[in-house]
Amino acid sequence: MSGKLAEILNIHKWEKGTLIFILQKVQRELGYISEEAISEIAKRARISISEVFGVASFYSQFHFTPRGKHTVKVCLGTSCHVQGGPRILEAVERELGIKAGETTKDYKFNLETVACFGCCALSPVIVVDKTVYSRMTTKRVKEILRLYQ
Amino acid sequence: MEKITLTIDGEETVAKKGATVLEAAKEAGVYIPTLCNQSSLSPFGACRLCIVQIEKMRGFPSSCTTPATNGMVVHTNTTRIQELRRGLLEMILSEHPYFCAICERRERCEAFSPGIQKTSMVVGCHTCPKKGICELQKVVEYIGLNNMSLTYHPRELPILRDSPFIDRDYNLCILCGRCVRVCHESIGVSAIAFTYRGSKALVGTAFGHSLQDSGCQFCGACVDACPSGSLIERAAKWKGEYDQLIPTTCPYCGIGCQLNLEIKNNKIDASAPSEDGVNQGLACVKGRFAIKEPIYHPSRLKSPLIKRNEKVETATWEETTNLIADKLTNYKSDQFALICSDTCTNEDYYIAQKFARVVMKSNNIDHKSSRLSHSPSLFSLIQSFGSPGMTNSISEIGNAACILLIGSNTSSDNPIIRANIIKAVNKGAKLIIINPRRINLCHFSSSWLQPLPGSDVALLMGMMQVIVDENLADLSFIEERCENFGEFKEALRNFTPDFIEKVSGIDWKQVVEIARTYARQKPGVIIYGTGITQHFHGTNNVLALCNLAMLTGNLGNPSSGIYPLEGENNAHGACDMGAVAEFYPDYQPVNTEAGKAKYEKIWECTLNSEPGMTFSDIFNTEANPQIKALYLIGNPIFNHPLPDKLRNWLQELELLIVQDCFPSEISQLAHVVLPTSSFAEKDGTFTSAERKVQRVRKAIRTIGDSKPDWQIICQIAEKMGAKGFHFDNPSQIMEEITTAIPNYSGISYERLENGGLQWPCPNSNHQGTSILYPDNFANGKGKFTALKYQPSTELPDNNYPLILITEYSLYHLYTEVLTSKVRDLEMLGPKKIVEINPNDVTKLGINDGDLVKVSSRRGELNVRAKVTEVVAPGIVSMNLHIAESLINPIIDPISKTPEFKVCAVKIEKTSLENKCINL
Repeated sequence: MSGKLAEILNIHKWEKGTLIFILQKVQRELGYISEEAISEIAKRARISISEVFGVASFYSQFHFTPRGKHTVKVCLGTSCHVQGGPRILEAVERELGIKAGETTKDYKFNLETVACFGCCALSPVIVVDKTVYSRMTTKRVKEILRLYQ
Repeated sequence: MEKITLTIDGEETVAKKGATVLEAAKEAGVYIPTLCNQSSLSPFGACRLCIVQIEKMRGFPSSCTTPATNGMVVHTNTTRIQELRRGLLEMILSEHPYFCAICERRERCEAFSPGIQKTSMVVGCHTCPKKGICELQKVVEYIGLNNMSLTYHPRELPILRDSPFIDRDYNLCILCGRCVRVCHESIGVSAIAFTYRGSKALVGTAFGHSLQDSGCQFCGACVDACPSGSLIERAAKWKGEYDQLIPTTCPYCGIGCQLNLEIKNNKIDASAPSEDGVNQGLACVKGRFAIKEPIYHPSRLKSPLIKRNEKVETATWEETTNLIADKLTNYKSDQFALICSDTCTNEDYYIAQKFARVVMKSNNIDHKSSRLSHSPSLFSLIQSFGSPGMTNSISEIGNAACILLIGSNTSSDNPIIRANIIKAVNKGAKLIIINPRRINLCHFSSSWLQPLPGSDVALLMGMMQVIVDENLADLSFIEERCENFGEFKEALRNFTPDFIEKVSGIDWKQVVEIARTYARQKPGVIIYGTGITQHFHGTNNVLALCNLAMLTGNLGNPSSGIYPLEGENNAHGACDMGAVAEFYPDYQPVNTEAGKAKYEKIWECTLNSEPGMTFSDIFNTEANPQIKALYLIGNPIFNHPLPDKLRNWLQELELLIVQDCFPSEISQLAHVVLPTSSFAEKDGTFTSAERKVQRVRKAIRTIGDSKPDWQIICQIAEKMGAKGFHFDNPSQIMEEITTAIPNYSGISYERLENGGLQWPCPNSNHQGTSILYPDNFANGKGKFTALKYQPSTELPDNNYPLILITEYSLYHLYTEVLTSKVRDLEMLGPKKIVEINPNDVTKLGINDGDLVKVSSRRGELNVRAKVTEVVAPGIVSMNLHIAESLINPIIDPISKTPEFKVCAVKIEKTSLENKCINL
C-alpha cells in the first residue's frame, strides 16, 4: 500500500456512516479512488469491495482513474446550448485532443460537460477549475486553455 | 403468536402479528404480483408491482413494505391498481426483452420452433435460459399485458462468461435486487452490489472484475433468486423444463443439505437446494454446481475388473463375487480389514461392518471420514455427556446470543453453518472467533483471538478460570447435573494468567473479555471444526469445550450446546452404524461382554471381542504386518501421489479389493475392482451432523454395471454361506438397523418420506429429538474432566523456525474423489501457495510471489509465497491438500486422529528458475 494511502486510512475511526467521508478524503489527497484504495477501505470498514465500489460509483464526484490537474467544464444547459455550447465543446475537444469525460495523456486536463451552472445570463460559459469564463467563443478557447498549460 | 384480523378483497382473514400485507395476502391465498420480494429476505419495495389500496391510507402503498394491522381493509385488484401496475410493468419491460412474454403464439410454442429472438441469443421462448420458470411471464399474465406502448431499449451488454459455473447476462436484468440482497443478507459475502446510478445502474462487481476476484463463493443463491434469467447456471442453460424433481441429500459435507435433483430424460440436469431442509433454500458450490459432473464422468468404473497375470480383465459379477468369496475364506479374523469412505449410506455401512464382524470375524473395520477428522469428538462427547453428536440442531444457531467459533473456517468447511452464524449476527449475537488464521467471518466478529496453534486447552482453561473466579458459572446446573467439578476446579489452578499468555501468545485481558462475553450472553453455542480435533491432543481440546459448556449451563436448552462440524458426508452415520474399530452399532464397545452378547443375539453368531485396528493403524505401514487381505470401499487415501512405503505395502497384500465409483492409484494395484453406484443411483439414508436421518433417493438408472455397496457385500456374504444377508431393498436393512440400534427404533422409510428424523427416536410415534439432554445426560450426569496442557509434538526450533498450519478449501473435499472430477472446481481449487506474514519475509528476503521451498522433517515442496497478514508472525499457512507431504503423521493416542494442524517448517528462497516450474 502506498504510504500516502496508509496515512489517510490510518487516522480514521472506522464507524458506520464514515464511508463517503473517507472516499472524499482519499479522492482529495490522491486525486482519484484507486483499486488499491477500494480494497484497503473495504478491509478496514469490514465490507466487501463490491459494496465500496457500489457506493463510490453512485456519486459522480468520485473518479476511478487518475485525474488531470485542471478540470474544464463546458456548460450544455438550455441557455448555453442555444448560444452555441455544443460548438464550444467541440472546440475544446479539438484543442485538448480528448472527448468529454476523458483526461489528457499528460494528466493536465479533464474535460466534463455540465447541465447548468446557473449563470445563464453569461452564456455560453466554460468553467476551468473554479474560474468562470463567460460569453465564450470558439476563438477564445485556445487562449484560455493556454493560461493553464 | 399473536394474531390480527384484516380484510383482503372483501374476505376476512387472520394473519400473524408483524406480517406484511403481502405475507398476509399470501397466507390467505390471494395472489399479489411481485418481482423483488423473496420471503427469506427483508422487504425492499423496488418493483412497486405489489401496490395495493388500503382504506384510510393515502396513495398506493407497496404491500411488501407495509405491515398488516388489525382491522385493515385491503384491495389488491381494482381497475386503478391494475392500470398503475401495467404502467410500471411496461417500464420494467422496456429494458428487458419481453417478446416471449407477450407473444401471441406462446401457447403453441414448442422446442426449436422458429421464434422471435431474445436479445442477441438465438432462442425462442421455449428454450428460455430460465428453463421456462419465468416470474416475469407470470406477472405479465396476471396483469394482462397484451401489447407494449413503450419501445424496448436493449442495453447491448456483453454476456459475462468469465466466472466458473455462472453466466451473467445483464441485458435481462430488471434490477429487482434479489441477488444483491441474498448475497448480502443470507450469505454475508456481498460479492455483487448495485453499481452506478440512473440509467447506468446495474448489478455488478468492483471495477467489473470477475466473480471469483470479488470474493464470490459460488453458492448459487443469486442464481436461484434471479426472477429474470440474468444469472444462469451455465451447465443447465437452455435445458428447458425438467420432467421430475427427486428430493435427496447432498453427498458432500456432513450438514445434510436437502437438494432437489432436476431430472429430464433419465438424466440429471441440475441440483437445486430445497426450501425444506436444514439449508432452507441455500447450498454451497459443491451441492449446487458439483453434483452432476462426477456422476456422468467418463472415467466412472462400469464393470467389475479382475487382475490376472498382471493383466486387468473385465468380468461378470458372478465370476468376481465367486472369486472374492473363495479367496476371503482364507483371511478370516486378524488378517482381514475393511475400510469404508465417501458416500456410503447408513445401510452400506451397517452391512459392511456386519460383514466384517459376522462373516470375517474381524473388528478391523473402520471408515476414513471420522478417523481423519472427528474421532476426538466421538470419544470426548461420550466421556463427558454419555453420547456423541451435536447436542442441538443447526437451525437453532440463528437464535443464539453468543457464538464461540473455534478452530473452524466455516466459510470453507460448512458454508451453511456460516449462513446460520450470519443470521445470528444480524440479530445482534456476539461472535467470538478463536483461530490462528484470519478467516473471512472475522468481518462479523465482536472479538477475534489469534492464539498460537495448539494452545487451545490452555486458552479454554483460562477462560473457565475467569468464569469460576468471577462467579459467572451456572452453579445450580453444575450441582444438579454434573459431577467431578471439584477435581476440575483444582486443575484450573495450574493455568495462571502468565502461563496462558506465554503458551498462547494472547493478552490475558482478551481472555477475560471473551470469557465474560460467553458466560453472560446466553444462550451461547460452541461451534468447532478440525482446528480443534486434528491435534495430538484433539480429545483434550474437545473435552475442554465440553467443560466450558457445562460450566455455563449452556446445554439442554434451545440455541445452546456444542456443535462439532462434521467435514464429510455421513461420517455420523458411519459411527452410528458401528463402522468403527472400537464400537459395535449404537456405540457399544467391542471389548465389553454386554455389547458382544447383545449383537451375538441379534446377528445369531459368535463375535470376536478383540478391539480392531483403526484406519490410522492399518495405514501406518510399520505397525500392521498381519493384514493380508484389505477391502476398500471408496478411496480412503489422502496422499497424492501415494508415498512409496504405502505403495509397497499395498502391492505386497495377498488380496486387495477396491470398490469404488472411479479408478484411482489404488485401484490400479487392486486384485479385484468392483464398480459401485453413486449416491444418485441408489436408495438409502444419510445421518447428518445434527443426528438427522434423511433419505437418499435413486434418481437415475445405474451407470454401467455398477451396484450399490450393500448389494455387492451381501452377494459376497451369501456366497460365503453367511446367513442374515438376504435383503431385497435398503428399507429391509433399515428395519434390521432399528432393532440393532435403539436410537433408530422409531425410524422407517415410510416416516422419512415426510422429512428427516433426528435420533434418538425410540418409537414410531416419536417426533425425533432436536435438543439432547434437556433434563439428564445420557450417562445421568455430565462429567467434568480435569485437563493438563500438552504442547504440540513438533514445536519450532532453530532448524525449523516456523509453524505450519493447514486449512481446507471450499472447492475440495478431503480425498477429492468427487471434487477433482469437476472442472470448474479444479480451477477454483487451492493454489500452490504458502501464506506468510510480512514480518517474517523481511528476514528471509522473500517478496510476494517468489518461488520458495517449504521443508519439514518429512519432505519439501516448491510453492509460491503469498505475503499476507491473515497469518500471525511465525506462522505460515497452506492448504492441506498441497501440504500433505509436510504434515506430522503422529496420532492422538485415544482417537487415533493425526495431527494435521501443526508442524514445524522452514522456508527458503529457491534458486530454481521460476519458469522451470509450472505452478
